[in-house]
Amino acid sequence: MKPFEIVETPIKTEKYTDYVLHAGAGAVTVFTGHVREWTHGVRTLYLAYEAYVPMAEKKLAQIGAEMEEKWPGVKVAIAHRIGEMHISDIAVIIAVSSPHRKAAYEANEYAIERIKEIVPIWKKEVWEDGEEWIGGQKKYPEKGIEQK
Amino acid sequence: MIKVSYFARLRELTGKSDETIEQQAMTVSELLEWAETTYPGFGKEPVHVAVNEEYALKEDVIQSGDVCAFIPPVSGG
Repeated sequence: MKPFEIVETPIKTEKYTDYVLHAGAGAVTVFTGHVREWTHGVRTLYLAYEAYVPMAEKKLAQIGAEMEEKWPGVKVAIAHRIGEMHISDIAVIIAVSSPHRKAAYEANEYAIERIKEIVPIWKKEVWEDGEEWIGGQKKYPEKGIEQK
Repeated sequence: MIKVSYFARLRELTGKSDETIEQQAMTVSELLEWAETTYPGFGKEPVHVAVNEEYALKEDVIQSGDVCAFIPPVSGG
């Protein structure tokens, strides 16, 4: 495995938690994002994700570097799956270890918010009676999409 | 010659994953205008441009040999 990767096969969480665990870690937080059946009253049959893979992996690594800068001492692994996924499948995993729990919680939430902002991954919801690419980024920002 | 890639809604709209444009240099704005002219409806949602796998600003200049990607609204997670 790579610590920041796009994968096409089911995500095994242990690989990523094992990667971040070390003797100095007093806390590990693991977030897994799953395929949800019902969204605003509409039933999802399955999701289809695609990514601009090389750039997406670079952006995941960038998020990891941002986390290490904001919360010194954290160790991070992030994986996002692409392709067709069905109800309850894991689409994304974020594993964070830190010496103390607060940083592990905070850094983990930061990661998912940044993924939704800057990582070139797209989700298509497929329903019984249609399908749609999801996404809602703002108009072209003058200083670029990277600005926080 | 500038290489461009399409993803998600834009890949379905254009019917292709990538193509090359016979230009020596153009700005990101000009590239987006070219796309809208070539594929009406291209910019109905905000589209960003990545140049060599980094997000570019509208005034940035794309040179022949650069690899560009149109980035429609992202929805990972």
